Amino acid sequence: MSADKLEEFDNRIIFAKTLIDLATQDPKIVVVCNDSVGSSNLGEFRDLFPDRLIDVGIAEQNMVGVAAGLANAGFTPFVCAAAPFLTGRALEQIKADVVYTNTNVKLCGMSPGISYGELGPTHHSIEDIAWMRALDSLPIVLPADEAQTEGAVRWAAKIPGPVFMRIGRFKVPSVSQGQSPAFLPNKAMRIIDGSDLTIVATGTLVSRAVAASKLLKSEGISARVINLSTVSPLDTAEILAAAKETKAIITAEESVTRGGVGGAIAEFIVQNHPVPMKLMGIDSFAPTGSASYLLEHFGLTADAIAAQARELLKNGR
Amino acid sequence: MTMSTREIADLAREIRIQILHTIKGAGMGHIGGDFSVTDILATLFGAVLNVDPKDPNKADRDRIILSKGHAAVALYSTLALRGFFPVEDLKTFAQPLSKLNGHPNRNKVAGVESNTGPLGHGFPIAVGTAIGAQLAKNGSRSFVIMGDGELQEGSNWEAAMFAGHRKLTNLIAVVDRNGFQQGSPISKTNELDPLDKKFESFGWEVVVLDGHDHAALLKAFTDPQTKPRVIIAQTTKGKGVDFMEGKAEWHHKVPSTEQYEAALEQVGKQ
Repeated sequence: MSADKLEEFDNRIIFAKTLIDLATQDPKIVVVCNDSVGSSNLGEFRDLFPDRLIDVGIAEQNMVGVAAGLANAGFTPFVCAAAPFLTGRALEQIKADVVYTNTNVKLCGMSPGISYGELGPTHHSIEDIAWMRALDSLPIVLPADEAQTEGAVRWAAKIPGPVFMRIGRFKVPSVSQGQSPAFLPNKAMRIIDGSDLTIVATGTLVSRAVAASKLLKSEGISARVINLSTVSPLDTAEILAAAKETKAIITAEESVTRGGVGGAIAEFIVQNHPVPMKLMGIDSFAPTGSASYLLEHFGLTADAIAAQARELLKNGR
Repeated sequence: MTMSTREIADLAREIRIQILHTIKGAGMGHIGGDFSVTDILATLFGAVLNVDPKDPNKADRDRIILSKGHAAVALYSTLALRGFFPVEDLKTFAQPLSKLNGHPNRNKVAGVESNTGPLGHGFPIAVGTAIGAQLAKNGSRSFVIMGDGELQEGSNWEAAMFAGHRKLTNLIAVVDRNGFQQGSPISKTNELDPLDKKFESFGWEVVVLDGHDHAALLKAFTDPQTKPRVIIAQTTKGKGVDFMEGKAEWHHKVPSTEQYEAALEQVGKQ
């Protein structure tokens, strides 16, 4: 990245702090996890509320079913588990027991995307967004930084019904400085205005899209950046405005674009206001490498986003 | 409110009659499994459960989760006869836009606790409601009814292991042990026995009984517990109609008019 090095944060830290704060105020908040106290940063929660952290062991189907039962009993369970195992292993429980039954379960996919780096594709969660998007009306929230993570967790605790959110371990800088509130539910958040093209980014990619926009600005290209912290429901007004007011759309995500964030935008755009698009994401199993290496490998950097922007505008003219 | 065993038998007969009407009317349903679970449902709803049809979501209610959701017609008939919704509504079963789907829906039918159907889902949910009741300290008990074939699903054993570990004394699992899965006898597909020893080794108290004996069921549902309890209810698929009993083809066969009338006559005498 050519931008100045910014201080970076692991969103799991603020996630756990926020949960503790919520649980202190509301005795109905409980955590259900799968031997994931350490990886979800829940040690302090367990010390403070030993009865309200239900660790089922390495058993994801049971984990989600137990959470659905706790919700039936009047509690607000936050299921905290590595995103690949939560969404892959327990997909049918999420579909039937949580979404179709409409139970008040908050599904927190920890360490999503390729953040497990060298552990490889078994531990990467690049399919989760496509799988969750296929479920009827399940809100999908991808906080891009600390402030958004806190806002999203507080919002999820307040609303009735299921939510899926990704809680990243890959350190990211703040992208919502000066914005209050940092997280707006059900909204696509325009964090940089622009008129030539729009970059719709999520999670880890938002800070990189911001850096790409700065690079492009120095070349006289005005790139709008939308932080799509809520993928479902899609803020169609904001996406339609991007299509109408700029010439092209790039999507950037740490997941498969097929059915993912890129898929979500493309499905809407193609039916409403077609413009040239480029979907950037991770559409194949990753080779060995750190998370940081893999983001570069898959072209998910500020430089690569800027390059795609130039290309798209050149072709679009 | 609590029924005698005589009254439970009356309720069971009425449930079977409604099942026959409903499945004949709709031209579909899982009659074999409905009849095997009928006496279990009649005992629970007649004399065990703390539930109130006028306040079906009261916080301290007992939870009853029908994991074998394909026996929806047995559950619907029971709920209707206990006043959760009009018996008349049973005629809409499986009709376009009916609240009575082929598998139960909590958001449409009072008394249903979870949208079951895919097998191996109810047990973990009941473990969750049991833990919730312990946290809430409200005295609520949880019951889950499973088919025996369903126990081939691994999720059940995740739940059994965890309930045993947590010594959930407010949880009862019932296995409707009719010996059949959809296509064939369980013993020829993937045998479960020794089922009692499996549960014992997972930290459960095991009661094996005749799943059509209301007095035995009542005792097993109400005896004090020191562990989670599993009731292995030995049942007969198609119970109550001689030409259906123990026949795999009656998993989801619909009776002809002659069979329907003969079945009604047999059930009516019980």
